[in-house]
Order: sequence, then structure tokens, then C-alpha cells
Amino acid sequence: MKTWNLSQLDDLFAAIAGRQTLYIPADAAGQPAFTRWEPGLAMTRALNTGRSAKDLFFPQVENLAAFQISGKTISVSPAQSPEEDYVIFGVRACDCRSFDILDSVFLAEPADTFYQARRAHATVITLACTEPEETCFCTSLGIDPQAPGGDISCWMAEGRLYLQANTPKGEALLASLPDLGEGEKPETNPSVFDKLPLKDLDFSVFQEKPLLDWFNSPLWESLSQSCLGCGSCTFVCPTCQCYDVRDFEGGGTVRRFRCWDSCMYSDFTMMAHGTNRPTQKERFRQRFLHKLVYHPNNHQGQIGCVGCGRCLQKCPISMNIVKVAKALKEGSV
Amino acid sequence: MNMRQDPLIPMVAQVTDIRTDTPDVKTFRVVGLDGKKPFSHIPGQCAMLSMPGVGEALFSITSSPTNEDYMEFSIKKCGCVTNWLHAIEPGQQITLRGPYGNGFPVDTDFAGKDLLFIAGGIGLAPLRSVINYVRHYRQRYGTVDIVYGARSKEDLVDYQEILEQWCREEGVNVHLTIDNPQPDWDGHVGFVPNYVKELGFDTGKTVVMCGPPIMIKFTLAGLEELGFQRDQVYTTFELKMKCALGKCGRCNIGDQYVCKDGPVFRLDQMTRLPDEY
Repeated sequence: MKTWNLSQLDDLFAAIAGRQTLYIPADAAGQPAFTRWEPGLAMTRALNTGRSAKDLFFPQVENLAAFQISGKTISVSPAQSPEEDYVIFGVRACDCRSFDILDSVFLAEPADTFYQARRAHATVITLACTEPEETCFCTSLGIDPQAPGGDISCWMAEGRLYLQANTPKGEALLASLPDLGEGEKPETNPSVFDKLPLKDLDFSVFQEKPLLDWFNSPLWESLSQSCLGCGSCTFVCPTCQCYDVRDFEGGGTVRRFRCWDSCMYSDFTMMAHGTNRPTQKERFRQRFLHKLVYHPNNHQGQIGCVGCGRCLQKCPISMNIVKVAKALKEGSV
Repeated sequence: MNMRQDPLIPMVAQVTDIRTDTPDVKTFRVVGLDGKKPFSHIPGQCAMLSMPGVGEALFSITSSPTNEDYMEFSIKKCGCVTNWLHAIEPGQQITLRGPYGNGFPVDTDFAGKDLLFIAGGIGLAPLRSVINYVRHYRQRYGTVDIVYGARSKEDLVDYQEILEQWCREEGVNVHLTIDNPQPDWDGHVGFVPNYVKELGFDTGKTVVMCGPPIMIKFTLAGLEELGFQRDQVYTTFELKMKCALGKCGRCNIGDQYVCKDGPVFRLDQMTRLPDEY
């Protein structure tokens, strides 16, 4: 295993950035976010970023194509594919798991080539957690926050950074960096995670009963009652992947772009003749059943949540997947 | 030119002919820029049709795959994209991508069966593809019954084709109905679900149904009264879509995406799913 002195972390970032574009979690624009590294940019002290690492593979807005229209004729120019290799440093185990979930949607045939290209060009460097937040519950989803995946896994201990390559891409990057020392993987301390208040959530129950039992639960009425439909949960969620496709017309060119959307919004399923999810109850139910039942049904039991706790922190009315899962489970006994 | 192949990037196609079917339905004939049919499809499959700057929406392909020359879409004027389409003239280019969805099992489950088609209003559009496919390969199927209803005689889509071709074909029985009596109509008057019950079909038939959700629900109840099982009945759904690839996340009924798992479902497959459509 390779090591590096944490007091010279800047030099490591400079060495990586000398080869590829580097993103690190840094305090930017009011909250920690994955930010392009430039000399002087320091890593955030926060455990995790406000928005998840999905932004780097599935940006909030991206152009798909441009159309030139002249009289009755149309010509199409597809947007350029991302072609530069880049490195994301400091991805936590929860966000790293979210890539698997996003992959199962975007890389399913026919693959989304925009997402696919970003995934292929990225080298993901994860960072093990040592001090979780009270809102963390990744361990309930079978994630080990002290053994994150990615192309390279990192641990910070006793003033040093320890790096372990997990893939050929990770090995290539480590091999290209000069002056890395050799060391042993540091001791980890799992006991801190055993004390987390949400460590014992059970998500397996949602696969054990028919879909309609969950759908028809009388609890949706009360659970959804205070939901404002603001969509904050979907925007900070590392696994929310729903998108809209829209056109912007200006200067004789129409740009077709893709942007994040939210099933919590009233126009999400609105068609010319109306919507099949007319109230917040149906939209709220869609969001949670998608993560707890529908996605797992379609992807070998893979729950559409990674326990990062962002929605617990951000929801203005403190409603979240933990409360919903607990209520449904207890209501079903 | 960048020849990027992403499933969201459409091809350019051309509308070569527009037929006015009813006061609010037109049928658009579409070919690629090379003058040929844009792509092949299975009856019941759909395509994303768009005018950049106006929007993109999913429509069922109403022409049969056996038509080698062009594709047709019967489209009701009811929203943003469809209003635009109803205002265009032949020669207009549009964008197109597809085909999407599973289509009807015309070469498997339907083979050798007596078929009963039930359609309401613009719901004939996806069934026309199947009906003309079945007529083309007539010997592969048993008897064909078509029950089709609309608000008025003027609202019957493909009326000329029905009269001049379907009604004259041996082994094809057409049963038309309209909601209210009108002077120039001597056919049946009444709603589709009741008419189906009145006609009282043999329960050995395979049913292919499309229409407004309310028609589907009442007709299914009537069919069950007659002794039909849900696994004999096929229908096709439509919900809002942006990608038609199972990724944008909005056309699901429970864990099934209408765009890729449907739009065709056998009704017994819907029993475990919510009534959210």
C-alpha cells in the first residue's frame, strides 16, 4: 500500500492535477461540493458534500444536441462527448455505491452514452470514513464506510494518507505519481459506527411482500401530508436519476438539453389529458416505492438508497426515507 | 460531422402526406431523408416524434410493418406537440427516434387465434398496425372481429379504410358504434363496453384492446362477465415519457416501465400492479 504525508496533501493534488483534471470536495459557494482543484484549494473538513458525487457523471444540466432550422428543414448536431480523463478524489463509500445504482439504470441497454463516457473517463478515489454523522446509515445498506471501493481506496490516519489501487485504472494512476511511500493499511475503528442511531434499519422487508401491499398502505396519506413537493430530497440524493429533456431556442439554434427532474413535482407526469399522479400523496409514494420496491424488483434486490443521510439533513419538514421505511415496516406488522 | 450515436439523438425525417381523418385527428405519412421508411418495427411499437423548439412526444406507429415504403402516425390534436403537428404542411421535416417498446405478440401468442379487436376513439391508432398486419398474413390467424366506437361518425378514425378494405374482407367482421344517434348513421349507437356485451363473443378469442382508460376498465369488466380470462386480453398504455428508454423515470406503473416493458401488457400481468394509469 502506498502512503503520503497529509501535511503535503497539496503536493499530491498538484501531482494528480498535472496529469488529469482533479475534483476534490471543497468548501465552495456556501456548502461543500466537488470542485475543480487549483493551487491553494483545500479539502473541506465536512464529512460529505452537500450535493452528491453523481453531479460529475450526471450533471444537473447538459446539452444533448443542437438543431438548425431553416424553413421546413432541420439539421442535427449531436453534442460533443466528454473526451478528457479526470480524477475524483474523496468520494465516500455511500456515494461510491450510488455509482453502481446509477450504472444499473444508465448503462442498461441501450446505454446512455453521455453518462457512459463520463464514467469511462473518470478515476474514482474514495476516502474511508472515520467520524460519521448521526444521519449516516450506510451500514444498514450493507456498505462498509471504512472499506470504500472505487479505482483507488484511501484511508487517513496518524497524519498520513494511505492509498490502495483496486483496478488497473487505479494502479496506472498510482504508478504515475512519484515519491509515494510504502506502508501498511492503518487500523480502523468500527466501534464508532456501532453507536450510530440508524444503524439497524431493515430494508429487506420490502422485498418480502407483494408490491401492492406497500402501494395500498393507508400510511401514505399521513406520511405525505406535510410534503411541500420542493424536490430537495431528489436533488441531493446520490441515486435519484430522473431527468427531463427540454429545448431552448435562441439565435436561430434550438438546443436540446437534459436536466434533473423530480417525481415530487406536479408536472412530472402531466400530459395533455392530465396526470396519473394528481396529488402529492401519489408523487411522494412514487419516490419512496421507487427506491424501496420498484428499483430492487428490477435490479436483483438492489435498494435505491445508500444511507448518505443527505435527505435527512435537507428536508425542510424533516420527512425522509428512514421515517417512511420505519413507518411502513411497523404498519405492516 | 460528429456521428455520435446516442439513443436520445433523433434522426431527421420528412412528412410527405397529411390526411385529415376527423375534426381533431390527422394521419401523417413519414419517410427518412432518403425517401425510405425510417426503420422497421413490430405492430404496437412507438416512436418519439419531435419538432425542436416545440417538444418531443411518443406516438404509436399506426402503419403496419408490412408497409415497406413509409410509416404513418394517426395523431389527435390535444397538446403542445400535436397542435404544432396539426398546423404543418407536407414537406415539413421533423425528428424521429425509435422504435420503442415490446409491441404485440403477433407472431407468437396471436398466431392461429381468433382475434377480437376493441378500440375507442384514437385508440384505433395502435390497433390499426396489428389489424393490417393480420390482414396481410390472413392465413396465419383465425377469425377477426373489430369493435370500434367513437363519439360520432365524424370521429371514427380511418373510416374510409374501414369501409373500403376491412368491411369487405372475408373473415373480418367490423362492428362500428357511435355514442349518440345522428341522421346519416344507420349503424349501432351506444358505448363500446355495452356493445361488446351485446355482441356476446365466443370466449375462445384473444382480445386486443385500446382506448381511454375508462373504456378499458368497463370493457374488461364486461369481458369477464362474458367469461373471458384476463390472460386472453392485451392492451397498450400511454404515459408521459421523456426518454422512452427506461431511464427518465416517469412512465412506470409500479415496477414496470411503459416505454420498455410495455406499452403492450397482457391484463393478467397488471393484476399485481397498481391502478396508477
